This record gives sequence, structure tokens and C-alpha cells, in this order.
Amino acid sequence: MTDENWNPKIIAIICNWCSYAGADLAGGARVQYPPDVRAIRVMCTGRVDPLFIMKAFQDGADGMLISGCHFGDCHYLEGNYKCAKRMFLVKNLLKNIGLDDNRLRMTFVSASEGAKWGAVMEDVVKTVKELGPSPLKKYER
Amino acid sequence: MAETKEEPRIGVFICHCGTNIAGSISIEEVKKYAETLDGVVVADEYQYMCSTPGQSMIIDAIKEHNLNGIVVAACSPRLHEPTFRTATQEGGLNMFRFEMANIRDQNSWVHMHDWEGATEKAKDQVLIAVAKARMLEDLQPKSVPVEHSALVLGGGVGGMQAALDLASAGIKTYLIEKAPTVGGRMSQLDKTFPTLDCSQCILTPKMVDVGRHPNIELRTYTEVEKVEGYIGNFTITLRKKARGVLDPTEALERGIVGGGCNGCGDCAEVCPVIKPNPFEMGMAPRKAIYIYHPQVMPLLYTIDFDSCVKCGLCVDICGPEKRAIDLDMVDTFEEIKVGTCILAIGYDYIPIEQKKEWGYKRFDNVITGLEFERLICASGPTGGHLIRPSDGQTPMKVGFVLCAGSRDNTGGVNKPYCSRFCCMYSLKHAHQIMEKIPGAVPYLFYMDIRSFGKMYEEFYYRIQNEGAKFIRGRVANILEDPITKNLIVNTEDTLLGRPVSMEMDMVVLAAAVQPTPESEKIRQMFGVSKSQDGWLLEAHPKLNPCGTTTAGIYLAGVCQGPKDIPDTVAQAEGAASAASIPIHTGEVQLEPYFAQCMDDICAGCGLCLQQCPYGALDLIEKNGRTVMEVTEAKCKGCGTCGGFCPGGAIKMQHFTSPQICAQIDAFLLKGGE
Repeated sequence: MTDENWNPKIIAIICNWCSYAGADLAGGARVQYPPDVRAIRVMCTGRVDPLFIMKAFQDGADGMLISGCHFGDCHYLEGNYKCAKRMFLVKNLLKNIGLDDNRLRMTFVSASEGAKWGAVMEDVVKTVKELGPSPLKKYER
Repeated sequence: MAETKEEPRIGVFICHCGTNIAGSISIEEVKKYAETLDGVVVADEYQYMCSTPGQSMIIDAIKEHNLNGIVVAACSPRLHEPTFRTATQEGGLNMFRFEMANIRDQNSWVHMHDWEGATEKAKDQVLIAVAKARMLEDLQPKSVPVEHSALVLGGGVGGMQAALDLASAGIKTYLIEKAPTVGGRMSQLDKTFPTLDCSQCILTPKMVDVGRHPNIELRTYTEVEKVEGYIGNFTITLRKKARGVLDPTEALERGIVGGGCNGCGDCAEVCPVIKPNPFEMGMAPRKAIYIYHPQVMPLLYTIDFDSCVKCGLCVDICGPEKRAIDLDMVDTFEEIKVGTCILAIGYDYIPIEQKKEWGYKRFDNVITGLEFERLICASGPTGGHLIRPSDGQTPMKVGFVLCAGSRDNTGGVNKPYCSRFCCMYSLKHAHQIMEKIPGAVPYLFYMDIRSFGKMYEEFYYRIQNEGAKFIRGRVANILEDPITKNLIVNTEDTLLGRPVSMEMDMVVLAAAVQPTPESEKIRQMFGVSKSQDGWLLEAHPKLNPCGTTTAGIYLAGVCQGPKDIPDTVAQAEGAASAASIPIHTGEVQLEPYFAQCMDDICAGCGLCLQQCPYGALDLIEKNGRTVMEVTEAKCKGCGTCGGFCPGGAIKMQHFTSPQICAQIDAFLLKGGE
């Protein structure tokens, strides 16, 4: 059912210190990647409330990416770790409501990993495109 | 919920950034789209929004249209957020009524050949930014006082220079060094290129100054145990390792008048334990109670408790008057408060024996550059006579392998970077051989000679003219003649285009440098990121090479990336200048992204308390209910509590849940439904 021209709606919530900086670095280095992801900046992935993710999927997001610092590198010591722990819960919830939990991903991209950010973007878009449009879209009003 | 909900009146400003943005995105289309968005009263575009006319557009539009929210679609907020916040403020709005859409670094530059995709994304980015701007609130930056003191970690030439500069600027400076003496790598060198100054001769005056300066608190044989706080108010716990020897002040504290170590060295005379001296690269002995070399600062012996047998001979010889030796000494801890910190933690050499083909540690006569420095140094283990480790003979043909591990993606070493000073020190070594040993010929096996500094290229010509031989090619392997212990160097001469095999008396490997083993631990304590190659990451490679992304932490020297002594000293002076600015200003402005408890929603469960890594949250009794309270001075605004609160009772200023949800909704629902 996925047609070639379908563009998935993917939201990324990324931390200011590592992943956002890494994404900026990718820009400086002109790393090219598909334009399907929309980023929202927070200071730390610890800020990510599981409800943000559920809300996005409820609104019809096809995929979601949370990206922060590597473990041990968090600007706020352990926000990324706390966030990662919550991801297990959210992924379980997604499975329980019948969504493929691969639609949600957490990655760790540091401020010096511009190329990795590009690779993450490629891979997230590819994964979501393979999964197709979110089944929750059918229930939209 | 703000009681007086004002109508959003938002201005959107789209930057062309020359063709950086306009070359990949239809500015006109984005502008037209922005005009249709809910709450937007004016949308405009300009060549360079960050220019003075661009900023004036914002200031004028705020007044003309009575705006209460500003969106600039341009580069990264990490770059120009301060610029546009200032413009917003100049227009008469609170500076936090500003939001940025990053349509350059995260759009036009990464989708250069996708006009439609990039334009569509830019429209969404503006939409998301406007959604947030509609909900922005006035905030006041928090001003905190700055401690009038600084910390410099690392007592090499960079650290010493930074400490001297800070101290001379009237700032109390703690200089922390893990070794028993300051001096670092530079004190191990014989001469410095290209001037051929004696390294110790130009370094020791600085070492003496560091010891004497009234504003420098020198802590040798000391490591950082814990770092707490933020710019202006760091609390740092130091571990003073048990030295086993009292300095005169410590002796006085114990009531030993006129006692303490005076550096006479009688203890080392009688000490029965013999160990290799790491300062001499293990090529000379030291005792269990030792100093590295005669010019140590402070002149204070140190006991290596790992090898000390506690025989007590040193205690006896030290005598009842000095009573400087305490064999039962334990590590002590000290807490200091500083406003800013400079990391100058230096570097290490790669274990070059990993490149098995060159035979280091297998063949006696293959040594490293630093071992060569000690062997050629007049105060070194051989008194400056260069000898072959295998038989003590003077080598007449010495090979130098440059880029030994540097610029190399193979062999498990994987150091793709240039170590930057090995070319020059190898040229210096070549000169020293020809100067000290008449008739000796140095052979330099190189990939490229990188003599980039002031008078460096001239130095290269000089060594060529003096008779050094240059063979362009990476050395394939080194073999040893088992009888003569001579070395056969096999390489390709890429200029002649043929393989060559040459017999050498000795080979010196210019080993690549890498971050110190402690670097990882230290950078995590101070909250500093690392580059891909492991060196500490500067805030901006061009425009902020001394700063880091953690406010109040600065970098100096090789720990930020390979550099020679002049560059290290220059960066140290830059870091000292940068670190002194907040201290002399006396206060810093912190972004007010604090957590706030909404008392009427808070159930007082206290689960958030475990989430906060800073202990900023407490439960208190308020109007007969248990609610959470935030200590703003401790809160750093990460939002981990806000992301966790089961009741949604924690408001993260500037990143509130309604704001983030509005951003999500804006994109997914496009304001409709």
C-alpha cells in the first residue's frame, strides 16, 4: 500500500547539547539526507514525557525519533539515561496498542557526529517507509 | 495558564543567508505560507537577517505591528539566538519572546538538491516555531555571582601559563597537577624547535614563578575527585594523594617547627628499593622515595607507596629535626570553590608496539621520540651521549620513522589525524645527531614534512643543507640483524618509485599522540564533549577554540587537539583570558529554564526527587498540603523531572509541555482538525 511518493511524517525530539549540535554539524559538512524528519529542540532528552510520544502517534505520526547524548556524556549527567529507561515503557505501550515499536527509536548522536546524524536520518526514514503509514491514521476523524 | 491571555501577534522573518538558504528553498513560498498561519501578523524576508538592517527590521516591526512574538527562520539557534534575542529586546519585547526555525544547518544545507522537499520542510519548521512562539512567556534571566577564583587542571606548560595569566590578573588560581611536580611533557624534552632553545632552561623560570606566585595555590600529586555546580560556582573536591613526605607548612601544622622536606635527598640515598624512573622513560633508576629531576617544583620528595617496603631507613636518616617522612600518610580531600575552570590535561603517546611491523619493544635499538629526547639530553640517563640500547655504541646511521601511527587508519591504531609536532621534532633530532656525532647521518622516512609554523620551513631547509637524508615513503617493516642488532628498514621510495632496504644502527619512531587515559573520566566530570578522535571538544572550532559547551569550562593545549608548544601557550593565554571574563564581570546570566511546581496540581508523591541529578527538588508543606519545591540555584533546567511527573505538575520554563505539544500538533495536524 505504500506508494513511492508517500512521505512519512516523522518527529524528532533532540537534545540541545549533543544531537542538535550534531545535526548542525551535519549541515556544516553538507551531509545530505532525506527531508522527512521535523526536529523539536529540548535542552535534554530527559525532558521527553512519554505523553509527548503518545500524543504524536495519536496525532498520526508515522515515526518518532528521540536523540540525545551518549551515555556518560549527558550535559545534565544522566537525563539521557532516564529517557532511555522510559523508552522501554513507551515501546511496550506502543506494542500493546498494536503499533510496531520500530516506529519509535532512540539514538545517541554526539556533537561531533555529523555523519552519524545523516546516517540516523537515512535509517529512520527508511525504517518508517518500510513500515508504511501509521495504522492510527485510519481512525482519524 | 496565564490569566491575561493575550492575542498572539507574531512576526516571522525569513533569512536568505545569501544563497545558503535561498539557493535550496523558495523563500517566497515560505513567506506566503507564514502569512497564512494563525497569529502571524507580519512575515518578511531579507538577505541577511543577522546584519544590522536585518535586525532593524525586527526592531521596527515589533513597534509598528505591536508584536508579542518573533520567529526568525535562519541558521541554528546555537549560532544566532543571542543576536536575535538582543534585537527582540531592543524592540521592547522580553528576549524570551523569540523562537528560531533552523532552516539552514538542518535544512538547506542537508537537502541541497531537493528544492521541493526542503521548501516543504522549511514551511513546517516555521509552522512549528510559530506554534511555540504563540505560547512563549516573559522570562527573566537569572543573574548569579561568580567566585573570584579559578581552577587550572594540569601543570604542563599550557596549564602553568594559564595559571600565571589568571593569577597575574588578580585571580586566586588553583593549579592542580597529578604528578609530583609541575612541568609536564615539556620538561622531558631536550631542545625545542626551531630555535633550539634548551627546553628546561625556558621552562624552569615558569615553574619557579608558579611556585612563588602569591595568587597561585599549587597542588601537586593531586587529582580532581568530584565536580559540582555551574559557571561562577563550581565546588570541586580534590584528592591529595598520600605523598609520604611533609612540606615545611604541613610540618608546621603538625607542630614540627623548622621541619619538613628541604629536598636534601638523604632519604633517596639510603632507600633500598630501585625502580625505573618514568620521567627518564624507564631508562634510569629511581628509588621508592624520589624526585623526577633536580629542578622539580615543588622541591619535595615523594614516596611511591606501591613499591615502598616501609623499612624506615628514610625516616631515620631524615632525622628528628625535619621529621619530614610519614609512612602512614593517607589520601586527604579538600573542597575548593571556583568560578571557572581550565582543562590543560595534555596527551599521551600511543602504545607504538601495537604496530608490530616496526618492532618497538622487540628490537633493542628501536626507540620512540621521547626516549630519544632523554638519551640526547645532557641531564638525561646517559649525560647526553646518544647510545644504542643494545650495546652502548654510538649510532652512525639513525632512521626516523615519521607519522608512526599518525595519519594511519590501519593496524588497530586508527589515528587518522596528524600529530602535528612529530615532523618538527624529528627534524630537530636529525640536527642534534649531526651536531653531536661527527659523521653521523640521519635518514628521515616521511610521508610529508609539515613545517607550517613561523621559521619552521626555514628550519627544514637548514636540516636538508646540513646533510640529513629524506626518503619519502611509509616504512613497511623493520627487521633486526640478530648478531649486530642493526635494523633493516624496508620501505618504498615513492619519489624514485622503487622499494628500498636500508641498514640502520638505530631507529626512532615519531609515535602518534592520543588523549590521556584519564581524559575520559575528567571530561565526564566536567561535562565536556569529545571529538570523534577523542580529544576534548571546543565550543566552536574557529570562533571559540578555548571554550566548551559547558559554560565556565575552558580548554588549553593538546587535550583539545595536537599542537606544539607555541600554539599551546597561545591557547592557554586565550583560555586564561576567557576564563577571567566572568570572574572580572562578577556575575553571569543564566538562562531561566528552571522547573516550577504547579502547586494546585502537585500531588506530593515525590517521585520527581529521584529524577533530579542535582538534588534541586524537595517536598515541603504548603497550605496544609505536601508539594514539591524547586531550589532555583541548583536547577539547571534539563527537564528530567518535568518529563517524568505523572501528574504533569512540573512546568519547565521555555520548554513547557503545552508548548512542546503545540509544536507536535502544529506539524501533525497542521493547525486543523
